[in-house]
Amino acid sequence: MTPLAKLLEAALFASGRPLPMNELAALDPSATAEELTTALDEMRGRYDTEGHGIELVELGGGWQILTRPEYTETIERAQLATRPQRLSAAALETLAIVAYRQPIGRAEIEEIRGVAVGGMLRTLLERGLIDVVGRAEGLGRPLLYGTTPVFLEQFALRHLGELPRADELAVALRAQPRAL
Amino acid sequence: MTATLTPPDASPAPFVVELEAFSGPLDLLLTLIREEQVEIADIPIARICEQFLLRIHSLGLGEAAEYLEMAASLLRIKVQMLLPRRGDEEEWDDPRAELVRRLLEYQQMREVVDILQHRGDDRRDRFARGYLPQPVAAPLAPLALTLPELLAAVDRVLRISREPVLHDVVARALDVDGAIDTILSVLAHRGHAWWRDVVAADAAPWQVLSALLALLELARRSELRLLQRRPFANVEIMRDAASEAA
Repeated sequence: MTPLAKLLEAALFASGRPLPMNELAALDPSATAEELTTALDEMRGRYDTEGHGIELVELGGGWQILTRPEYTETIERAQLATRPQRLSAAALETLAIVAYRQPIGRAEIEEIRGVAVGGMLRTLLERGLIDVVGRAEGLGRPLLYGTTPVFLEQFALRHLGELPRADELAVALRAQPRAL
Repeated sequence: MTATLTPPDASPAPFVVELEAFSGPLDLLLTLIREEQVEIADIPIARICEQFLLRIHSLGLGEAAEYLEMAASLLRIKVQMLLPRRGDEEEWDDPRAELVRRLLEYQQMREVVDILQHRGDDRRDRFARGYLPQPVAAPLAPLALTLPELLAAVDRVLRISREPVLHDVVARALDVDGAIDTILSVLAHRGHAWWRDVVAADAAPWQVLSALLALLELARRSELRLLQRRPFANVEIMRDAASEAA
């Protein structure tokens, strides 16, 4: 591997979280964006072709070294690491609405889901998947919620644009949120 | 309408919500529409309404406000559908329109849920470096306290407990003579014994100490020999050949 690829590999190994491009670039100020991309591609290629137990994944707005899924069961059985708990269907519904309609207030989420979501929002806030991103105009100035980088990371998304656009989904969604 | 909501055979069953079954009234409604194999855009409202009411009763959701609200609006739509239409067909506002819009919107959101579920599982199956559970407790704030404040607090505590409760700890006397008797009686039956034979597994500290001192005393008197092959190994107790001969 090139010295740059080795440097990036070491940094990604040392970091438990995905490293965005600007943080990778700071490791070697002389490297151009193109060189960085080439180095990352080289590393990913090596992991994929040489037969490694780990892989390089682009997600959550950055790059991260992750174990390959075929070893998950064994690693978990040996109690070396634990998979995070899955979200309930209700939590995922709430999260999906926030992801597509952010910034969005509680009342509008409840209107779409047809149930109260106060407790669900608290759970998602505690898990760091959503955050308060502002306040709406109007009565009571309700809090508005949006998704966080943790959301991208936990759902293996590079960025929000990776979710299918509303018009790509099988059912047509109303184009504009209704005025409340 | 309330008569429809409460069937005559309804018993005062405990309020149980099937949390896993459906994530809300729209979820239930969508499931019914799928089961009945009808078009969302042209819902046979009377049939779906009836099914919905049956289902929330059988699931024990009949008391959950959100399901009742949906049941009520289904009944309202059903009634509106029965009203004679005034004027031209074209001007008729379908009372189901709002429900259809909500269902389509909800269905689309469910599609996103499937995508997220899939991608989330994909990510869960890969471990990152040095995975650590999310820290939950915030670090403690540094103690902002001056020495005089601390001393004042100590003083307050001492004032409160002016008469501290004192316990007298009485040392339990060791029974070395009793232990010597026990060991000798064991050795009288057989020439070789183990530490465990003379000290019960649940012995109290004073009993262990008594036995130990008794063994050492008997060894000093040359009445037995002690042997420990390795550190922490079980101690072997043997009748002394010399004393036996005597």
